[in-house]
Amino acid sequence: MSFLVLDGLSKSYGDVHALVDMHLAVERGEFIGLLGPSGCGKTTTLQALAGFVQPTRGRIVLDGRDITALPANRRGLGIVFQSYALFPHMTVAQNVAFGLEMRQVPTAERAARVARMLELVHLGELAARYPRELSGGQRQRVAVARALVIEPPVLLLDEPLSNLDAKLREAMQFELRRIQRKLGTTTIMVTHDQAEALSISDRVVVMHAGRVQQIDAPHRLYEHPQSRFISSFVGKTNLVSATVRGTWMELAPGLRVPLAGAAAAEGSTLTVCLRPEKLAFADAAEGRLPVRIEERFFLGSQWLYRVSSALGDLEVACANDGRPPRPEQAQAQLTWSDDVARVLPPEPGSDAAS
Amino acid sequence: MTSGRALPYALSAPALALFGLMVLLPLALTAALSFQRFSHDTGVQGGFTLAAYIAVLGDSYYWEIFGRTGWVALLTTLLCVLIGAPEAYILSRMRAPWRSVFLLVILAPLLVSVVVRAFGWSLVLGPAGFVNQFFEWVGIGRVRMLYTPIAVVVALVHVMLPFMVIPVWTSLQKLDPQVENAALSLGASRFTVLRRVVLPQVTPGLLSGGLIVFALSASALAIPGLLGGRRVKMVATLIYDEYLHELNWPLGAAIALALLVVNLVVMLATNAILEGNYRKRMGA
Repeated sequence: MSFLVLDGLSKSYGDVHALVDMHLAVERGEFIGLLGPSGCGKTTTLQALAGFVQPTRGRIVLDGRDITALPANRRGLGIVFQSYALFPHMTVAQNVAFGLEMRQVPTAERAARVARMLELVHLGELAARYPRELSGGQRQRVAVARALVIEPPVLLLDEPLSNLDAKLREAMQFELRRIQRKLGTTTIMVTHDQAEALSISDRVVVMHAGRVQQIDAPHRLYEHPQSRFISSFVGKTNLVSATVRGTWMELAPGLRVPLAGAAAAEGSTLTVCLRPEKLAFADAAEGRLPVRIEERFFLGSQWLYRVSSALGDLEVACANDGRPPRPEQAQAQLTWSDDVARVLPPEPGSDAAS
Repeated sequence: MTSGRALPYALSAPALALFGLMVLLPLALTAALSFQRFSHDTGVQGGFTLAAYIAVLGDSYYWEIFGRTGWVALLTTLLCVLIGAPEAYILSRMRAPWRSVFLLVILAPLLVSVVVRAFGWSLVLGPAGFVNQFFEWVGIGRVRMLYTPIAVVVALVHVMLPFMVIPVWTSLQKLDPQVENAALSLGASRFTVLRRVVLPQVTPGLLSGGLIVFALSASALAIPGLLGGRRVKMVATLIYDEYLHELNWPLGAAIALALLVVNLVVMLATNAILEGNYRKRMGA
């Protein structure tokens, strides 16, 4: 049995189903990212894990022990809150020591552990400061230290980086991962930022409207999205509809790619996902699809083009290799390798709905 | 056109003038009055004497009244803290419709005339009032409450409570609700969360509430007058008597100023001790 198991966890507020039948098995030492737009149930999951919300149905099993009914203050989990929730009337050291104090750890040992933990998050020299005297990034690290000093079996991170500016956020992402690796603490992080989830998680759980959409390693999730929602929420995507013709998919008259994966009925319609960075401009001879470049955006490391074609509007991302970009309003040819077109599984009932 | 520097003064001049006219001038006149000569035959004489102050400081009768006023105000403040702080906490945890309903209930005493309120309490606490009826029913027998300091304290707590609840509630509003959850997640019990996390953060609210309640209680006139009667004299009723019954205005003025000074000293001292301590931690 896995270290932490969410077994059919559900939470309803009257008619609102915040979380529906969540199943998740987390291994010891894993870093799990819960990813989804606001209102998808990721925060409810975290709150239920923390013990702040009582699930309507389902069980939470930690290390073979059912903790569903255990109050928050007896679960012993480490939590880093979005607002950090530091105690404003206590110094950094007192904040970090609070959890040890509650566990009646002897004073000498407490001081040693606090010092060690502050060293780990590079805050050793700020131990006597108050939270209001710290920067956002430092506060965040105090919150992490406070949650980890009690050596929790599971660390819960609630949008831990959303209050930091972009530069700091990136640095803290890797910092979090470094600390997590060093201590080996099983970690569950809630985030709405896909880059954050993809870059540091071992596995990402994508949620939408209270339901789990897909649980996969970041790379697989990106390359093999299981639904229309994931393909557009995780990364950018071009969705194109195709018709099955034998072992081929016809995207447009005369434009065919091999049908990969599961067999589909002749003549049925599929949705195909083409990632913008998998498309490339080509010479006229090699091109598959003539397009017209409508707009161009400079993203630093990339150029993003919006082009119109027989398949509709597409986004094309090209690495900025230092050469001048293609001009707007120009005609061009697009190409891609056969194996980058991903067929999305048909969504139950969605064809009729949309 | 007024120059840029003078503009703030010009704009605040009306308020300053009003403040000067309504507060500083009467205070100055009272101070001047307290140094004037008085005789029971001829009334206020003018001139300069410290007789009124010497009379106040030298007579144990006045010391006793000041002492009683002090402990009544202190007890009222203490009870307001003990009742008001939990009340504010519960109020801050209430949901939308109930919160405003109960806030109105707490504010209600302020909406009722002090005379009506005082007579209401005298009905409740009187020899045949509800409380004594209850006491007789449970076998304690009648207890004299009306015209004792107890009645005064009860009625003062009733009307002063909003002045404690509102500042505490305001500081509770500033609390990050996640901070309590954070303490819980670190293994603190509900009680420890209140004591170690919530209470220290509402200290400024308790302090300002306490100062308001103390100052208003120490100078309350109507409630001690109506519920304490002639037996329980407090400083404000004493001043009233000196002005209107004894017609010894300089003595009344001297007592009034003494009350002001005592009140100021108590407030500034409390502020210096508690707030200084608090500021060190919170930097607020």
